[in-house]
Amino acid sequence: MSRDSYVTRWGLIGGLGMSFTGAIGMINSFDERILINPILSMGYLTLFGLPAVVGYVAAKGEVNILEEPVHDIADGALKGAGTGLIAGVAVALFVLFTNTFDVTDFFPNMRQTMVDVMTLHLDLVIGLITLIVLSAAGGAVGGLIYGLDDKARGGVRRATLWVIVFALFELVVTDIIDIEVITDLIYARGGGLQTWSALIIGGLAWWLGERYQGKVSEFTAMARESEQGSRLRWSLIGVAALGIVVLPMLVGGIVNELLINVALFVLMGLGLNIVIGLAGLLDLGYVAFFAVGAYGMAVLTSPLSPAFSPELNWWVALPVVMVLAAIAGLLVGTPVIGMRGDYLAIVTLGFGEIVRLLLLSDWLTPFFGGAQGMTRIPGIAIGPWTISGTSPELFIYMTALFVGIAAYISHRAQDSRVGRAWAAMREDEDVAEAIGISTVQAKLLAFVSGAVIASFAGALFSAKVGTVFTNSFDVVVSLIILVVVIVGGMGSIRGVAIGALVLIGVLGGPKSQGLLTEFAEFKLLIYGAILVYMMLKRPEGLLPSVRRSRELHLEEAEQDAWLQKKGDSSEDEEVEATT
Amino acid sequence: MFAGVSTAAPEVAKTRRFKFNWVDGFLWFIRVAAIITIVVGITGSIQKFAGGGGPSVEAWRDLIISSISTGSMYGLIALGYSMVYGVLGFINFAHGEVFMSGTMVGLISATILFNNGFWDSNPYVSILLVLIVAMITSMLVAVVVERVAYRPLRGAPRLIPLITSIGVSFFIQYAFAGLFGVAIRNYPPAPASLARDFDILGIPVEGTKLLVISVAVLSMIGLWYFVTKTKTGSAMRAVAEDKEIAGLMGIDVDKTIVTTFAVGGAMAGVAGLLWALLFRGVDFLTGFLPGIKAFTAAVLGGIGNLPGAMLGGVLLGLFEGVGPLLVLDGLGIPAVSQLKDAVAFAALVLVLIFRPSGLLGERLGSEERA
Repeated sequence: MSRDSYVTRWGLIGGLGMSFTGAIGMINSFDERILINPILSMGYLTLFGLPAVVGYVAAKGEVNILEEPVHDIADGALKGAGTGLIAGVAVALFVLFTNTFDVTDFFPNMRQTMVDVMTLHLDLVIGLITLIVLSAAGGAVGGLIYGLDDKARGGVRRATLWVIVFALFELVVTDIIDIEVITDLIYARGGGLQTWSALIIGGLAWWLGERYQGKVSEFTAMARESEQGSRLRWSLIGVAALGIVVLPMLVGGIVNELLINVALFVLMGLGLNIVIGLAGLLDLGYVAFFAVGAYGMAVLTSPLSPAFSPELNWWVALPVVMVLAAIAGLLVGTPVIGMRGDYLAIVTLGFGEIVRLLLLSDWLTPFFGGAQGMTRIPGIAIGPWTISGTSPELFIYMTALFVGIAAYISHRAQDSRVGRAWAAMREDEDVAEAIGISTVQAKLLAFVSGAVIASFAGALFSAKVGTVFTNSFDVVVSLIILVVVIVGGMGSIRGVAIGALVLIGVLGGPKSQGLLTEFAEFKLLIYGAILVYMMLKRPEGLLPSVRRSRELHLEEAEQDAWLQKKGDSSEDEEVEATT
Repeated sequence: MFAGVSTAAPEVAKTRRFKFNWVDGFLWFIRVAAIITIVVGITGSIQKFAGGGGPSVEAWRDLIISSISTGSMYGLIALGYSMVYGVLGFINFAHGEVFMSGTMVGLISATILFNNGFWDSNPYVSILLVLIVAMITSMLVAVVVERVAYRPLRGAPRLIPLITSIGVSFFIQYAFAGLFGVAIRNYPPAPASLARDFDILGIPVEGTKLLVISVAVLSMIGLWYFVTKTKTGSAMRAVAEDKEIAGLMGIDVDKTIVTTFAVGGAMAGVAGLLWALLFRGVDFLTGFLPGIKAFTAAVLGGIGNLPGAMLGGVLLGLFEGVGPLLVLDGLGIPAVSQLKDAVAFAALVLVLIFRPSGLLGERLGSEERA
């Protein structure tokens, strides 16, 4: 494909994307969050970030692994500007259309306010021209960035990243610093970074990054390759643990609430990670075990449990709940043992829904409260104190404790006999069986341990909220845990933590808001987009386990080897020809 | 893979020593328990009926007819699952959303026609127009999804496309939520000439249900003709059998896969219209449950088998429509209609335990089962 057609194609894709974000109301909703006061809101970042992205892609053109990529500033900027221009014209036509015809009956978000925001609150004609010009400029910046040499591009990337991080995490940063004089220097009163503090942060990120880049990567390489249990490794774990202890004390209630959600999802993610990441069993009904944990705890501890109410202490009830979850794991696991991957996925999804529908039905209402749910679940008693959702600072330690236990279990299981059996089974079930692994046992063990970990999360959840309703156990929750595991990196403990932090913490969980409340309506859209993107571009996740990413890139490695060989042999032929 | 053409590999006689283990024991326990539950439930219902309680004969008859019409809609969606599974070997989780997109965009055309008064003056032409709009939309969505999300994944480990399709499903759902808003919208009421009862062999059948069943049957026949008699259909069957060899025989594999998605999408579009006729209300989550149920139907009939998908759909419709009243009510469970979906999912689990290859499916080789 010629390079010009790349410009047209990506320009049109960009225009379509910009129109789409407008039509679903994203630009308007994001416009309310100011990133850099007063020039840039998240809405405009989305709107003009898109042409920058397509400009970058168009400047990159077709990737040919046999050729060294060309980085040329003028060429890149020109292609980017062309792409941005096409995108701009396309989106301008869309805005004009929306302005002329009233389609709000069908598309409620394509209304006048959208036109106003997209024409930057200017007059229609001037606004449209500005829109096109800015879009072309965005494209040019994107193309220009591609044209820069590696060093400068890294600098730009880091600077942009840190400015955006500081702008988005305003709430966390102000909570941690908590001195008004300093936060006023960084952030404007109405929200968003000050223009000049954004410049300073960007500059610092560029300069410091360039200076310490080599050292950081050296250090991470050292940490990664160091022996298990070596001093470096332990000190890193110690620093992380210290961070977990100190952070909840620094930040405020909202952020702590978020951190609890994140921790609960890390816990469930770790459990699902055993099932899907280690054993390779795609379980789409994982939330059922979470429900078993939550409802089990509710029945055993709440004084208002309708049929059976022993009012146990949380700690006494926990082992009972664990046993219940293990039995549930066996019940779900046994029928699906013989099924192949994709049937397994749908059947487990069916199980998850069956559990929810049964809990909701009139039939079991006398036992589980049905649509009214169960209330007055006491918190976790430790000596004279009770930890519940009203004291998020303490509750997060509680959750962290269980996350630690789950992480330790998965870490130890990974390289144990069972873990190796799981890995073998994941790669090829028949071969695993042939070499004497009992796949039945391995599968059931994976289901049971996953179920028990999910029941921890359920038990904590019910103690935190104090009530359980069936709508917390929707099928969407299962799918979101799956996204967390996959985005973070299947089979990797750190990956799950990062995945939960980014997705649940920033975007928000299925029923809870994240740090960016503006994302609320769009978070599942973004989840979907992220999931597709990850599967296409980086199926091993953000922080992959080494083994998993090797499995997934085996083919590429083979291709590389083949190309290498081909290159070598053609050289040989030339040599032969000349002699 | 597609039925009608015998492609079954010669069955290898398996000599396996009988060995009892507790997993098999547990499965037998489930089988026996399921049969006992069903028998006891049905007996209970019959006793109740004989004692003059429970629904009347007319109520049962209407229930069966509406279950069949819902089921034939599931069957049409199931065709798409079955075809994609036959050709690419993965579950296209987003197929329910393809169906939903057809209904949602069809709603626009239906509303415009209704506001013009055309819907009332020419009801059948209007329904045909809406059908075309729904089919084209679903087809486009299916083809675009294939191009963007699935084509780059050819040859990836089989769970990767499945996970991708979950992402696509989220994306389409919430894109429609953003575009159309989250409120449930209603199709204009079906024309008066359809609302009355028709007499079929002495049984009164409501017009819309009759239309739904006949449209489903006609689409099925059309698809059957397309897959077995046309050249493109043969190409599809060849690709389903073996992509590489089909490619060597001069079949454009990519094009054939696109056709498969397009045809499956078109069938989902037809189902979208049928949904509108049956239930009228649509929103962005409309595709989720019918999608999963249609997949269940495809499995029930034997995945990869087209008549099986239709049969599975009708059976599933009957299971979830009649099952709760027939079995669960007999067991003395209150408010059984709440458990409709649970019955559908339980049917899926039971089918896979009793007969994993489905009713009309071929026995899958151990290689494919892995």
